[in-house]
Amino acid sequence: MHPATIDWAIMGVYFAFVLGVGYTLRRYMKTSTDYFLSGRSIPAWVAGLAFLSANLGAQEVIGMAASGAKYGMATSHFYWIGAIPAMVFLGVFMMPFYYGSKARSVPEYLRLRFDAKTRGLNAISFAVMTVFSSGISMYAMGLLLNLLLGWDFNTSVWLSAAIVLLYILLGGLTSAIYNEVLQFFLIVGGFAPLVFLGLRDIGGWHGLTQRLSYVATSQGFAPQAWSSTWSGMGHAASNPMGVEWFGLAMGLGFVLSFGYWCTDFLVVQRAMAAHSMAAARRTPLIAAVPKMLFPFLVIVPGMIAIASTVHTGVSGFSLPHKADGTLNYDMSIPMMLGHYFPHGMLGLGLTALLASFMSGMAGNVTAFNTVWTYDIYQAHIRPGASDHHYLTMGRIATVFGIALSVAAAYVANRFNNIMDMLQLLFAFVNAPLFATFLLGMFWKRSTGHGAFVGLLSGTLAAALHHGLTLPTGSLAGIKGGWLVVTHHYPSEMAQNFWTAIWAFSACFAVTILVSLCTRARPEQELVGLVYSLTPRQRQTERHWYERPAILGGGVLAAALLLNLLFW
Amino acid sequence: MGFDIRIPLGVMFALIGALLAGFGLSSDPAIYQRSLGININLWWGLTLLVFAAALLGLAWRARRRA
Repeated sequence: MHPATIDWAIMGVYFAFVLGVGYTLRRYMKTSTDYFLSGRSIPAWVAGLAFLSANLGAQEVIGMAASGAKYGMATSHFYWIGAIPAMVFLGVFMMPFYYGSKARSVPEYLRLRFDAKTRGLNAISFAVMTVFSSGISMYAMGLLLNLLLGWDFNTSVWLSAAIVLLYILLGGLTSAIYNEVLQFFLIVGGFAPLVFLGLRDIGGWHGLTQRLSYVATSQGFAPQAWSSTWSGMGHAASNPMGVEWFGLAMGLGFVLSFGYWCTDFLVVQRAMAAHSMAAARRTPLIAAVPKMLFPFLVIVPGMIAIASTVHTGVSGFSLPHKADGTLNYDMSIPMMLGHYFPHGMLGLGLTALLASFMSGMAGNVTAFNTVWTYDIYQAHIRPGASDHHYLTMGRIATVFGIALSVAAAYVANRFNNIMDMLQLLFAFVNAPLFATFLLGMFWKRSTGHGAFVGLLSGTLAAALHHGLTLPTGSLAGIKGGWLVVTHHYPSEMAQNFWTAIWAFSACFAVTILVSLCTRARPEQELVGLVYSLTPRQRQTERHWYERPAILGGGVLAAALLLNLLFW
Repeated sequence: MGFDIRIPLGVMFALIGALLAGFGLSSDPAIYQRSLGININLWWGLTLLVFAAALLGLAWRARRRA
């Protein structure tokens, strides 16, 4: 699959516009607030699409299609219960405190609500995590472009890093946000025709489910296992994910999803940049609408890929095998692009892949430079300097943030195990976070000591649980069971969900216990930070359908409908 | 802030749409065997042009009102 002139021309148009947006915006960057928070001037729909796009890295796109092939339609749980309810909760209940407290970052909210040590813990783990995740995704992209197009690993990594660096250096968060909107439409524009052609080839939705029933029965599941979401969730053995409904709903739908969507600065930053409180609250709600339709764009291609592979002879498409003889699910989207797209559309498809990669990376970099500058540099290294000084620091942080990501990409390329271990560690650190925010925002009695000890206990509980349990069929070590194996889970996913549930519960209980033993802060200090002490929002929306509660209710109803339709 | 993302977005999709549709008109029909005999370049290029026109129309209307 080698791009022709027309493909290069389309990629060229995209690169020119991405850099052009950064260049145009450079003259708006006068203060650190302009650079890190877009001067709080972004319209709701732009912030909403950026909110979605920042999370839509290449790994998300490639990985969701891979899961679609591996687990079928049930992968939509990562969207319909694993994202939508949390996004609605963020918009309706949590945004008033993030935006209203005038905190400039999520760790800074922790400083205002609790204390400096809780903020420091969150800021440092977040900063390290963003650099490494951006490195890991850069590594994944380098490998993919190498495999797909024969591009040199070094060239792909350095070129994409240079472009992202340039546009963030020029236009800061504003540039990242506006480019994320560009990237969002490119991703939709590049993948929608792929789904159309794939479905048409396989005989529509009906043809797809019919073929998927062969996939399911050949692996010993009920015929509808690959084309339904809930019907096999009664027991871990009756669905390909190997999880049961309670672990799924609590672990993914509650702990993991609320922990990510409601506390991760990478996404929350986009809403904080909105031009008003009303717009900030609408941001995640607007994002939820396309989010719930994304399974059809990124999961369905994986389902088409596996259905064609198992039942070949019709479309002539089949997934490649890995060196160990198993199917390479990660190649679902890239191989389908090459199979169905002629030159021209191929260029657009590749542009969509590049766009998803860059939006994910830019999301990480802009979140990193803000947390570094405000929560680490200003808080601990050099407080009280001029605003201009912090603006310069933000630009420097952008450069070394990207340099560190590139370094991380090379480490990932060399030592795959180190990256697996780091990702595991991040999972331990992230799992309890939502308990801290929930108690902080909705229980005025919770204290800084409680939050800090609670977070540490939650992380410890996650590590212990992982050390004591093992997914069936795995060896003790990185997969778990490195202390003593006391329990076997039917799958790795079930183990992940339960690790999160334990971490959350431990953090929740310990925060309450320690808070009750320590002195609470006076109530007047907590106004605007805690639900019961903050005056209700006055409705400022012009239309009834712009009200967060109504919009949120509508979004939830639509997500429920999708669950029922694809039960 | 006087920056409307719909303008660059619209211009970018107009360019990409024109490139695709133009290539769809001039390319050898044999290459569309892989896209099930559909001239996907032409059709998707035209779709993107319509999308671009809608974006630019909205931006133009907003600018006139301001």
